[in-house]
Amino acid sequence: MTYLIKGAQPYGGDAADILVKGGRIAAIGDSLSATGAEVVDAAGLIALPGLVDLHTHLREPGREDAETVETGSRAAALGGFTAVHAMANTDPVADTAGVVEQVWRLGEQAGLVDVVPVGAVTVGLRGERLAELGAMADSAARVRVFSDDGHCVADPALMRRALEYVKAFDGVVAQHAEEPRLTVGAQMHEGDRSARLGLTGWPAAAEEAIIARDVLLAGHVGARLHVCHVSTAGSVEILRWAKSRGVQVTAEVTPHHLLLTDACAESYDPVFKVNPPLRTDADVEAVRLGLADGTIDAVATDHAPHAVEDKESEWAQARPGMLGLEQALSIVVETMVETGLLDWRGVADRMSVRPAVIARLDGLGRRSHGRPLAPGEPANLLLLDARSRATVDPATLASRSRNSPYAGRELPGRVVATFLRGVPTVLDGKATR
Amino acid sequence: MKRHLLESADLDRSDATLVLDTAAQIDQALAGREVKKLPTLRGRTVVNLFYEDSTRTRISFELAAKRLSADVINFSARGSSVSKGESLKDTALTLEAMGSDAIVVRHAASGAPHRLAKWVRGSVVNAGDGTHEHPTQALLDAYTIRRRLGRLEGVRVAIVGDVLHSRVARSNVWLLHTLGAEVTVVAPPTLLPVGVDTWPVEVGYDLDAVLPKADVVMMLRVQAERMNASYFPSVREYSRRYGLDARRMGTLGDDAIVMHPGPMNRGMEIAAEVADSVRSTIVEQVGNGVSVRMAVLYLLLGGSPQ
Amino acid sequence: MASSPEPARNSASGALLSSADVARVVDRMAHQLIERAAALDPGAPDGGLASLVLIGIPTRGAPLARRLAARILAFSGTPVDVGTADITLYRDDLRLRGVRALEPTVLPDAGIDDRLVVLVDDVLFSGRSVRAALDALRDLGRPRSVQLAVLVDRGHRELPIRADFVGKNVPTSRTQQVKVHLAEVDGVDEVLVTEGQNP
Repeated sequence: MTYLIKGAQPYGGDAADILVKGGRIAAIGDSLSATGAEVVDAAGLIALPGLVDLHTHLREPGREDAETVETGSRAAALGGFTAVHAMANTDPVADTAGVVEQVWRLGEQAGLVDVVPVGAVTVGLRGERLAELGAMADSAARVRVFSDDGHCVADPALMRRALEYVKAFDGVVAQHAEEPRLTVGAQMHEGDRSARLGLTGWPAAAEEAIIARDVLLAGHVGARLHVCHVSTAGSVEILRWAKSRGVQVTAEVTPHHLLLTDACAESYDPVFKVNPPLRTDADVEAVRLGLADGTIDAVATDHAPHAVEDKESEWAQARPGMLGLEQALSIVVETMVETGLLDWRGVADRMSVRPAVIARLDGLGRRSHGRPLAPGEPANLLLLDARSRATVDPATLASRSRNSPYAGRELPGRVVATFLRGVPTVLDGKATR
Repeated sequence: MKRHLLESADLDRSDATLVLDTAAQIDQALAGREVKKLPTLRGRTVVNLFYEDSTRTRISFELAAKRLSADVINFSARGSSVSKGESLKDTALTLEAMGSDAIVVRHAASGAPHRLAKWVRGSVVNAGDGTHEHPTQALLDAYTIRRRLGRLEGVRVAIVGDVLHSRVARSNVWLLHTLGAEVTVVAPPTLLPVGVDTWPVEVGYDLDAVLPKADVVMMLRVQAERMNASYFPSVREYSRRYGLDARRMGTLGDDAIVMHPGPMNRGMEIAAEVADSVRSTIVEQVGNGVSVRMAVLYLLLGGSPQ
Repeated sequence: MASSPEPARNSASGALLSSADVARVVDRMAHQLIERAAALDPGAPDGGLASLVLIGIPTRGAPLARRLAARILAFSGTPVDVGTADITLYRDDLRLRGVRALEPTVLPDAGIDDRLVVLVDDVLFSGRSVRAALDALRDLGRPRSVQLAVLVDRGHRELPIRADFVGKNVPTSRTQQVKVHLAEVDGVDEVLVTEGQNP
């Protein structure tokens, strides 16, 4: 199928036509025409490369009542994503080649985004011994990102070995930075509000201590380290220092940490319970600036669907996590673009190019992402109506779960279309399958 | 008054004073009477929904409701549908479907009463939620202070002990501040929350320095589970530095009173001769608790148009 | 009870009863109480006043009861016991009226058992306050008899209750409001009739 996208603005620049043919961008230019092509009117829409999420919980296998690879893929496509990384904390845990290949196959069957499995660092996420990282890397899923996300690889010796070991296949360890002894029973950011609300505090130092330790280890062994969901101003400082020293460290921030603060906990509504927790205004400001100056490389959703019963409860009993795929781009528009901190090329860089590079998806193979919008490149792209504003209604989300912290909030930006290798997964704002 | 009593941080000065004044009138109306019962809440149903064992608080609420002629249902989580995994929400909706007008809830999770208040139409009274608040305890403490000292404005109150984990401390800090008292919290730094500097209190680590200036000393219970969690080196050291013994009591002003929300660890945070002294209001607090809870139930349920 | 068909009007001076009117009415009621006490307890050395207890219903019944006691003392030379009974917690219309601050309930040291209790209120209207007061009295003790004294009876009873001592009968329409002001509470003695939307 051939598509002629008329009048889109690549990277928010001058309007141009984009001809999509054979899964690739055939041409970009003025007044293109192609016989038999389906025309997509994109006047006023911004074209960006398809987004890449480094951090997605798809819940399959194990909690198909909360999300499946298919429903999560649909949510991702609607959010403008063409690739998502499925976290390993499923049941069973994705700590073997068998499980990662199963997730990979489910993603292929859904066919809405490239589902890239993340492998567990340690067996069963238990932090005791390494999982078969090489077997997962060599599997059909070609795992390059390894993470015990949800748990910190707390043992420093084990972390060192993991960092070293994945060098053999250019992998990266994505660390959930949380010193477990400092966060026993933790419910929210430790500070003024936790003191008042009587919820056990999750100190910023518990995140920063692990990041500091791990950048030193990564520098020492010359390995790549990726830091998941950076949430504190202190973490940004440490990352800035480590990068200035040449440590191969990358980092991500979630949409919710760019927008929301611990004030949300005052309602005791667990839809705002997340790990790491929502932080202070000063932290939000610091992670925005860190993302703007590149200290933080990527926006990653940490999309964490939960069944109603896991959220409609007391705060302490509720599971941590919130939805993110369908609103991620809108929140980046609100917090980074409308504030002047990032331009559209910056958005493409932080949400597509850099995450693809971190995950080594930027090569020339079939699953190539984060490539520029240019003739000859794979046609992974999205069209965004940046001027549209809409109020989030969780009931209308494609995710199987409803735990959106943005319910009732008006946000800018609407993904009108998403193309995966030249095939629309979203058209007119609706999933095509 | 609002429809619920979820936290004393919610109470403004006039609300709090109304509760105390109402309790005083109820006390006076019932004083010396043979029939300690009022028909006020006849036909209303109050549910005591207790997820934590607390016999004294439950009995106090039960007595308060019964003296106002409400029907009382005691629902203890143990041995009920809750122990079979029923959620708080389902339990609350079930109780309401059975016709409850108010739910008095005690729960180990901070904020559980706030969640309940979102789900039910009736009133919710917080009878202690996790390490958050215990507003009726603070109200009865304020009532006790006012009765003993005749005022709250300018009264200097020292709250001593495990402030970090204490819902009694939190409720008292906000309420006493609202009512014009000057509060000092005294504890080892490990048992004060990060962020205590934003509270409207003085913070002290040295009990001996605070006592001579205090009109009220409120001792907090030290939970057994803190004793082995490195919050302090040993029970003996805690007791030596932060326990109220006879010698320390001797440094108090002539009219100063000693309070404790109970249950006490005699010999740990409070010495037996202090607990039993004339300064101690500990038994009085229990009696005042019933009057204050009657006032709360009357004010929440008495006139609420359903 | 005599009642004219025409609703009451305030006089040219603006009040239905002026300060002087109130004083005159209170004096007359005091005399009636002295007579009633003597009639109920013939031959008693103190004219039966020892067994009399005036119980005021807050807010304005309480000062009214104290004034009656003061006038009885002035006329007879005998002090009589006075108390107050807040009836809020006994009302059957709390749900409609909403909660209000409570006022004191104070009984004389000798109590009310086996005595002549006279409930004192400012206005008698539906009779519901009196019903609540009777319930409260039942919990407070066992009087020999209970009677009712009101400054103003404005009619429109909803219960089978009538006053034994009435300062002034005031025919009203349901929509009118009768306001008794007493110096102890309001700084001035007067009774006003106003046109209100709700009875």
